[in-house]
Amino acid sequence: MMRLQKTEMLLVVAALALGLSSLISPDWLVFTSTLAIAAALVVMGVVMLMRAGLVSFGQGLFYCIGGYAVGLGGRFLGVTDALALVGMGIVATVALAMVLGLLLTRYREIFFAMLTLAFSMILYGVLVKSHGLGSTDGFGVVNWSILGYQPDPGHESATGLWLAIVLALAAALFLNRYFQSSIGLACEAIRENEVRVEYMGISRRQVLYINYVIAAALGSIGGSLTALTAGHVDPTMAYWTISGEFVFIALLGGTGHVAAPFIAAFIFILVRTYAVELFPNSWQLILGVVLLLIILFLPKGIWSLFTQKRRAEA
Amino acid sequence: MLTIWAILIDGLIYASWLFLVAAGLTVIYGVMRILNMAHGSLYALGAYASASSIGWYYASGGDQLWIAFALLAGCAIVIGAIAGFIMERGILRLMYGRDEVLMLIVTFALLLILEDLMKLVWGTTPYFAYQPYAALGRFNFGVLSVSGYQIMVVGVSVVVGAILWFWLERTRTGKILRSIIHDREVSEAMGVNVRRMFTMTFVIGAGLGAIAGGFTAPIISVVPGIGVEVIVVAFAVVVTGGLGSITGAAIGALIVGLARAASIHTMPQLELFIIYAVMAAVLIFRPNGLFGQATARKI
Repeated sequence: MMRLQKTEMLLVVAALALGLSSLISPDWLVFTSTLAIAAALVVMGVVMLMRAGLVSFGQGLFYCIGGYAVGLGGRFLGVTDALALVGMGIVATVALAMVLGLLLTRYREIFFAMLTLAFSMILYGVLVKSHGLGSTDGFGVVNWSILGYQPDPGHESATGLWLAIVLALAAALFLNRYFQSSIGLACEAIRENEVRVEYMGISRRQVLYINYVIAAALGSIGGSLTALTAGHVDPTMAYWTISGEFVFIALLGGTGHVAAPFIAAFIFILVRTYAVELFPNSWQLILGVVLLLIILFLPKGIWSLFTQKRRAEA
Repeated sequence: MLTIWAILIDGLIYASWLFLVAAGLTVIYGVMRILNMAHGSLYALGAYASASSIGWYYASGGDQLWIAFALLAGCAIVIGAIAGFIMERGILRLMYGRDEVLMLIVTFALLLILEDLMKLVWGTTPYFAYQPYAALGRFNFGVLSVSGYQIMVVGVSVVVGAILWFWLERTRTGKILRSIIHDREVSEAMGVNVRRMFTMTFVIGAGLGAIAGGFTAPIISVVPGIGVEVIVVAFAVVVTGGLGSITGAAIGALIVGLARAASIHTMPQLELFIIYAVMAAVLIFRPNGLFGQATARKI
């Protein structure tokens, strides 16, 4: 039997608390929470790559594939089960990531960043040109069900939130173990010094490849959840500024803990909801300034605030 | 045969535009090891500056073409250089010594800030500066008709490339810059003021981006978001040729320009795709681009 770690218990408790709070919280908050969890899933992928020293400016590629898998599966294959739709996204994403990974694991630093960016822009270009899929407008997602249960029209958002919580909890528990596993630790070692990792008999390409494929799958789940919640997909999901937002959230949270992306994503989505309404033409300005401030003063993200405090107490 | 001529002419025109856009990016990377994501915003800034100055000039009754061109180039260079100076002295300077990837994110933040600042200053309505484009007329080569303005852009691009080459290869400053590229610490030990050289390089690179925008303004409608689109294409060109090399940027621009023209005339649905396909194909065989130098592995 695997012993439950403290982090794992806290994650389960947090997930349950969030799920139960949906019974009393207003609909818009439930909707926002679901979007935040979806974004956090993608960000976890970005964080995984960051731990290996790689910054992806193209995670929107997998986010978009996950979203379009939901849209297309419902529209052309008549699949309405949410889990099946999410699964289809994962299969498509993993297949693509396994091919791209062969190429991308050869690159580091800005080459990796810009190549991932270029791949997501190729998908963007293809989707914009495909008029059958609504071109730049995208198209709507069908009404979905889950394991035969069809949510009432008014209560879709709560069901969506529960689905997101379950998937995110599974992902967080997995990642928590993964970061402590030999591959997870090897990733950090690669960030510090690749050549020495090779000397120890570990194949860095293999480690990075596995890491990349898992990160892609997480991106796809996030995209699928966003599509199910928002009820709409369009090509901007693959546009590189969306990927930039994920990098932003990852830096905001820091790479110290699996819970960090969730907290950061909640802050990001909540602030965005208000900022876009109040200052539609200076929202990116605020974002940019905050990003610079984080890099200058909180290089390890919000999570470092918690750990510093604890260290001070001890 | 006609298609081949059309591809060659269109490809050359597009390539010269690509080179103008990419030159500043590659100069900054070559010397400072910063991949400036805000380069597209500097391009947009130049476009706005030249479009609004030309619009003002023609609206106030001016009709001298050479003054319009002087305004176009002058305003773009000045605003680009000022923005570059502020960015380097105010923000980038605080970040030197960090990871290359982190600098990428810093310039991404600058891009976000500049995009909105431009919206606040110029609003979201499009600007037009078609007069210089219209004034230069069209030229006929057999059955092909090419606008005079675009032929002029080819000329501008060749001149910019030649000046850059001369500056880097034949002047004292260029030699100092090359020594910084080669080994920053040793140059510093030899008495080179690396910080001042960085400021100069960034200002020149930013000015180049703004000039590219300035000369593009008469061809397009200047709207928010033009810079965000340009940076990815400029990056593809620079990487194809090899980051940090002027010759590489020129060759990369020619390859990408011709490939895009060929695709437009034969398979138009591949237009957006072909730029990245060329880049990926080059990188698979030469991971550092055609003229890039491999970096030593650190132990």
